[in-house]
Parts: sequence; C-alpha cells; structure tokens
Amino acid sequence: MAISKDTVKYVAHLARIRLKPEELDVFSVQLEEILKYMEKLNEAEVSHIPPTSHILSLKNVFRADQVRPSLDVDAVLENAPKKKDRQFSVPKVIA
Amino acid sequence: MSYECVIGLEVHAQLNTRTKAFCGCAVEFGKEPNSLTCPVCLGLPGSLPVLNQTAFEYAVKVALALGCQVQKNTKFDRKNYFYPDLPKNYQISQYDLPLSLKGSLEIESADKMKKIGITRVHLEEDAGKLIHLDDASLVDYNRAGTPLLEIVSEPDISSPLEAYDYLTVLKAILQYLGVSDCDMEKGTLRCDANISLRKTGVKTLGAKVELKNMNSFKAVKDALEYEIGRQTDLLSENKGIIQETRLWDAKKLATFSMRTKEEASDYRYFPEPDLPLFTIEDSLIEKIKGSLPELPREKSARFVKEYGLTEREVKLVIQDKDLADYFEACCKLYPKAKIINNWLIGAVSAEMNSRKLEIATLRLSAASLIELIKLVEDGSVSNLVAKDVLKEMLDSGKPAVSIIKEKGLAQISDTSQLEKIAGDVIKENGRSVQDFLAGKENALMFLVGQVMRKSGGKANPKVVQEILRGRLKNV
Ligand SMILES: [Zn+2]
Repeated sequence: MAISKDTVKYVAHLARIRLKPEELDVFSVQLEEILKYMEKLNEAEVSHIPPTSHILSLKNVFRADQVRPSLDVDAVLENAPKKKDRQFSVPKVIA
Repeated sequence: MSYECVIGLEVHAQLNTRTKAFCGCAVEFGKEPNSLTCPVCLGLPGSLPVLNQTAFEYAVKVALALGCQVQKNTKFDRKNYFYPDLPKNYQISQYDLPLSLKGSLEIESADKMKKIGITRVHLEEDAGKLIHLDDASLVDYNRAGTPLLEIVSEPDISSPLEAYDYLTVLKAILQYLGVSDCDMEKGTLRCDANISLRKTGVKTLGAKVELKNMNSFKAVKDALEYEIGRQTDLLSENKGIIQETRLWDAKKLATFSMRTKEEASDYRYFPEPDLPLFTIEDSLIEKIKGSLPELPREKSARFVKEYGLTEREVKLVIQDKDLADYFEACCKLYPKAKIINNWLIGAVSAEMNSRKLEIATLRLSAASLIELIKLVEDGSVSNLVAKDVLKEMLDSGKPAVSIIKEKGLAQISDTSQLEKIAGDVIKENGRSVQDFLAGKENALMFLVGQVMRKSGGKANPKVVQEILRGRLKNV
C-alpha cells in the first residue's frame, strides 16, 4: 500500500507531531515498508481462530467500590510545567 | 411547505458510586481541585485501570430497566483525542462491543403512548473540568475517571416536547434505580441532541445538526424549538443546512455554530489492552433483574389501581420517587388520596420549587402535612389561608395548629361576624349588587371575593355565599 505525503501529514496531525518537509518523504517510505511487512499477516491461516481483542485469558477483573487514598495535591502537580491555584495551567483552549 | 423533525438524544449520566470507574479515588463534588486524583486517573505511565464492580452492575441495571439486550461479551476501547481535560489523551469508552443494545422507553406525549428506541447503553469515564481564564485554562482532574453511562436514543423523537418527556421519564428511571443523582445543573446528567428536518412524508434524513451546552430539560426543548425555526427558515429560502455542532446560548436563547475546523473526528478506537474482556453471565442478569425496584410505569399503574386516581393525576408525583414515597406515607395517615395528591402537586411542589428544595430537605413530615390538610377539610382553616400556614410551618418548623392559633387564622364560619362584613360589602358595591340582581352570577363571586378580602382570607367562602344570597334576595 502506497503511503502518500498527505497521509503522513494527516497521521502526524492526529498525533500532534510537527514534521519537516524532508521528514514527510522519509516517513512515507518507512511507513510503506512497515505496512508492507505487516501484510505478511494476511498470509497466515486464521480461519479456525475466533477474533481476539486480548491475548490474555483473563476475564471479569473487578475491584470493589471502596475508596482508597488519593495523591497529595503537591505531588500531583509536582511535574506540571505550569500550575496556578492548585491546578494545571495549560494554553487557553477556547477563544 | 411543511417539515417534520427527526430528533435523537445522547444522554450522559454520572453514576453515583463511591469511587471512580477504574481507580479508588472518591467521587465527590466541590473538593479541592486535583485532590481526588491518583496515577490511574492522571494517566501516569505504568498505572493500570481496574473496573469498579458496582459501576458495572449499575450499568447492567440501567440496561435491563430500559429493556436492552445485555451482551454476553463486552469490552472497553480507547477513544483517542487531544484535549487538556483528558489526561491520558484517550477516553476509556466502549465501541463495537458495548454492554447493551436495543432497548426502548415509553413516553406519554400529548396524551399518546409512544415507544422511543434506545440504540445502546454503555459505560465510559468522564473527563476533567476546565476553567478558562483570560490567558490560560486551568485543569482540575477530580472528575476525570468518574463512571459515566452513555444512553443513546434512536432518532424516534419527533418534537421538542417529546424530547422533554423522554428526558423526564429517563431521569425518573435512573432515580428509581438509585444509580445517578441526575442533576443537570451540577452536570451529573448531560444531554446532547441531534436534529434534522425533512419535508413531510419524505423518507431520507436531512443534514444533521448536533446541539450542545443545554443545562436543563427546558433548555433542551428551547434549543430544539429554536433550531426547528432556524432550519425551517433556511429551507424555505432554499438554502442548505450545514452539518455542524451548535451551542445553545441560554442568555440569547439561540444556537450558535461552534466554528471548529471542518475536520471529521477520527478517534482511532482500538481495544483497551489494560482491561481484559468482561463476560456477563446469565446468573448475574437474573440476580440484577431480581433486584430491580418498582419502576415509574409500574408504580403509576399501581397508584391508579390502589388509590383510584387517573394516570394523568399521578404523573407528577410519580416522576419524583421520593415524592411518590411521601404520597404513600400520607395516604397511610389519611385515606383521601386525591386531596393529598392535589396538595403535593400544588402547594407543596410550589414551595419545593421556590425554595429549591426536595421533599426530603423541605422539613415537612407527612404527619404535619396531614394535620394541616385535616384542618382544611374540617373547615377550621380556609384553603387560601392554609397555603400561608404551610409557608409558616416550613419557615418556623411549628405545627399547623399553633400557627393558626397564634396568628388568629382560624376560618370564620360564625355567621354574625360574616353578616356584618357582608352588609358592608353590599353597601360599598352597589354596582355589582345591581349586576347580580340583573342576573349576572359572576357579580356574586366578585362580592364573595370582597368579603374574603375584608376577612383577611379567613371567611368560609361557602358560608359567605349563602349569607350574600340570602341578603340580596331581600334587597
Ligand atoms: Zn484516581
């Protein structure tokens, strides 16, 4: 499957990654190679295997609805690049 | 050209579990920002979500109450998008194997019963809360990870009033189940609406507009009504409808385009690898079915049968489970259901509304209300004055009898006192007396009103009428 530069741009935008023009070329080639490699999977005989979303055979893992201590607010904010009024401060998201 | 509208609603209800969906942080409103967070709900690397069993069972409970097909196998998926209220950059939600599908809810709209299909009920997590300042946005993750139920209706709703009725019935069901506080103002219940218009009789759907930011059932109804007007105008001018999201502005009473970049959302759902599959055994479904309480429709039918009221009469009381329980408590003390019902949907509801209180917080025991009702029924106090007595009871906490005594509010049925007032009124209102004598019955009601006024509302209106008739015969 050929990966166009537009596709690379779109995927980069979804991941919020800024790419330089020359990187678009590099990644369109690389992504194409990766996907081509993945296509090998299509050769596997899987008709006898049910669709699987998880590889572990675990099922119904629950916890009881019991309160456990939360973190201290100082610890919560310790790694925040910016904080204000005991909250995370981020660039304004609405105009 | 006439158009009909096609409406679908998407409701999000916060579950009132003690803890969040995937971690042990408490779910509480109004705590210090970010004080109810941990590595799991902050999305810190290396943390693992573990599902809250109560949240899961609540979700199954709602699905069953809405007649949904609970799925044997269900899983969670990651819905990926970037927004600062979402610490992990994905929301744990359900995509292709939701907990339940295909239910329905019955509403009574414009005197007709109508079934509204439920597409799906699934479990997901809520996001955090943003506060927007002039130069930055602040993020509080206390709400992040709160269990949230998404209830999606089929586009079966065909008027803003039906949408309102659907929400009222849905809220009542959730409250009866005791799984959500359902407070739109606090955001524990939220509703988005999809609406499109089409020419009457045409099958294909028109462009769909999504409406957000409505913070009451009435706002949902108002926003839909506004949108029908706006779209009808555009269509009748042969202009197209743009498929978009619009926000309701409660001050301007209008919807406005969100004007985001025109880009289809691409959430890249994939299975949440951190949460294994869930299998819902028949035994669990049976257990939960057995624990379902009496739901609004069943209670309504029982009230009609047991108390001899009509479905319409009990409709308001049924909508509020606590009020319905209160009604039954009153009926045990005093077997006049219709009178009690009238008090509850009249004076008592009015006080609840004006004081912004619920029946439980109003501080009015069933016994003290019944005491007041009995005083009205035996003629000790007039209906009119009784409403003021009720207010005073709520303000002071004193029983009806002492208020009536202290303030001298007892109804005057004593004819000698009333004869005197009636005589004055007849003297002062010659015109109305003439009108009555000329055959106008209404004039008598005016005169009764004047006597009531002069007596400070305390006169017994039945006795007053008799006295006036008697006197006017002899004029
Ligand atoms: Zn947490």
